[in-house]
Amino acid sequence: MKLFPKSISMRKRESLWGYLFISPWIIGFLLFTIGPMIASLVFSFADYDIISPPTNFGLSNYIKLFTNDPDFWHSLGITATYALLAIPLNLVFGFALAYLLNQKVPGLAFWRTIFYIPSVLAGVAVAILWGLIFNPKYGILNWFLGLFGIHGPGWLSSPDWAVPALILMSLWSVGGGMIIYLAGLQSIPTTFYEAAQLDGANSWQQFFRITIPLMSPVILYNLIIGIIGTFQYFTEVYVLTSGLTGGPGGPAKSTLFYNVYLYSNAFRYMNMGYASALAWVLFVIVLLLTLLVFRSSAAWVYYEGELQNK
Amino acid sequence: MIPSKRINEGIVRILSTILLSIGMLIVVTPLVWMLVSALKPRDAVNTFPPQWIPTDQVKVAINGKEYFLYDIAVNGEQRQLALLEKDGAIGIFVNPQNPEESYNLSVASGKRVTQIKLHWENFVLAVTKVPFGRYILNTLLVVVFGTIGTVASCTLVAYGFARFRSKAMPILFLLLLSTIMLPPQVTLIPTFIVFKKIGWYDTLLPLIIPAFFANAWDVFLLRQFFMTLPTELDDAARIDGCGPFGILWHIIIPQSYPVIATVTIFTVIYAWNDFYAPLIYLQNQEHWTLALGLQSFNAVYTNLGNLLMAASTLMVIPPILMFFFAQKLFIQGVVISGIKG
Repeated sequence: MKLFPKSISMRKRESLWGYLFISPWIIGFLLFTIGPMIASLVFSFADYDIISPPTNFGLSNYIKLFTNDPDFWHSLGITATYALLAIPLNLVFGFALAYLLNQKVPGLAFWRTIFYIPSVLAGVAVAILWGLIFNPKYGILNWFLGLFGIHGPGWLSSPDWAVPALILMSLWSVGGGMIIYLAGLQSIPTTFYEAAQLDGANSWQQFFRITIPLMSPVILYNLIIGIIGTFQYFTEVYVLTSGLTGGPGGPAKSTLFYNVYLYSNAFRYMNMGYASALAWVLFVIVLLLTLLVFRSSAAWVYYEGELQNK
Repeated sequence: MIPSKRINEGIVRILSTILLSIGMLIVVTPLVWMLVSALKPRDAVNTFPPQWIPTDQVKVAINGKEYFLYDIAVNGEQRQLALLEKDGAIGIFVNPQNPEESYNLSVASGKRVTQIKLHWENFVLAVTKVPFGRYILNTLLVVVFGTIGTVASCTLVAYGFARFRSKAMPILFLLLLSTIMLPPQVTLIPTFIVFKKIGWYDTLLPLIIPAFFANAWDVFLLRQFFMTLPTELDDAARIDGCGPFGILWHIIIPQSYPVIATVTIFTVIYAWNDFYAPLIYLQNQEHWTLALGLQSFNAVYTNLGNLLMAASTLMVIPPILMFFFAQKLFIQGVVISGIKG
């Protein structure tokens, strides 16, 4: 209490203590967020290879990016494709699992444990394991398809099938979303369903009129996290494709995700200015998408308490 | 009405269980495959059809050299003979106990003798192929200090946001939350350059020091929890002469062990699995973490699938064990950040 002199008023003292406690974050915010943000914005208008100081200030990075860089558009396209397929699929499967678990099945804790395990294993080991599973000749996936007479594709070695393979792999950790949805489902009061049953609503009606609206905030959250996550997607691609000629992102640039392209520019070619421009474009895209989702959410996300306000 | 409803519920439950079992098979099979592959001899990793039980082909030593043992019919009698030499479709088979006794038989008419054998030594081979101890040490340094930094700083900051009012606090809290939306790439390059300029490149410091400055996720999680704690105890402690630090230490923290444990576990697992930061900042092999070492193992020993899977298995065991022992905390953490977010 003696840290601040007695002459300071109670209220003032309270806020000073508050600032003292949050100071680690304030310092970190200045050092690791605001400072670097300004610097990377400056770099994005220059050529910079770290060794010599930034030169050639101007709009050239952004002009090249938008008008003369097919790889930029290509990586954006791949990232968008992945997001448009993987996010809804993860949502549907995660939700479906949670819904099944919510049917009063015996052994809830057991199932929950099993399905959640892959989510704690993200990273290099998992990518290596799936590399083995996707092996076109000896992998167990194509062996399994072969049991049904299906001749499996080349997966990661085929430009057409590499992204679908990664999407499939992402579905393995669908249990992370499942846990969130399950908690959401469990928090819906059973009285809602009982009332609906009295009014003669069937299961489908109950699902679409009660479950989905009440779960929409959770779905919104997962959607936003999913979009942000897709633009960070890196480790799996790096582990599975960095051994190919041309560096990570192969075969034939088919897995050149945005973050992989950014990494290559920054740390393989040392184009720090260009990579900074990529980072800022990414920032704007994520911001716009998030705003878009939030804006549209007014139409489809239901928040409890809304009814009373009407 | 009632009995048919009960039957319906029963059917739904059975159907759900069947679907969940299928899901479980899909989730568990890759992990089983990892362990099975880790226990195989090298030549059994890539086979078609896949070998689900690690099996060796039996060899016998004759005059100091090793030969495959075959199950083969000789004059209508099933025998176990060693294949000495092959000449087209015909092989020279001998009795391993008496190499003088030899037969010329069609190789295709016999089958190699196999036996189930779990190659536990693969785990030893995998960790001795690389400076595994060094990787573990580096990873533990990052995990331990990174977690201490995260938990300490985030607890302080969350306490500040939860218990102290001022005009700027709400704005600062919004600012903190908005950093969740900020892609790390935006700050990555200048941060990298600064760390390089101050000589931290190729040290563990860039992986540890930023943790001491709090992060939005964990502050949010802790603050949400602190907000639910009644302030009466704070007041009582204050009357007894406790300062703000005393209240945090004696009142808030003892009530918050579960959420602090949750943050700890998530931080440990994140640091354990993290690949991007080590990839960027660490160059010399002696500074590598496990994730980086495993990736390089993957790049170098592509033909040693069994050892690669043994190393991968070792890498995933700690997170799985942590999850099993602290399941409740995990699920709480995911739920708090996911639902109330």
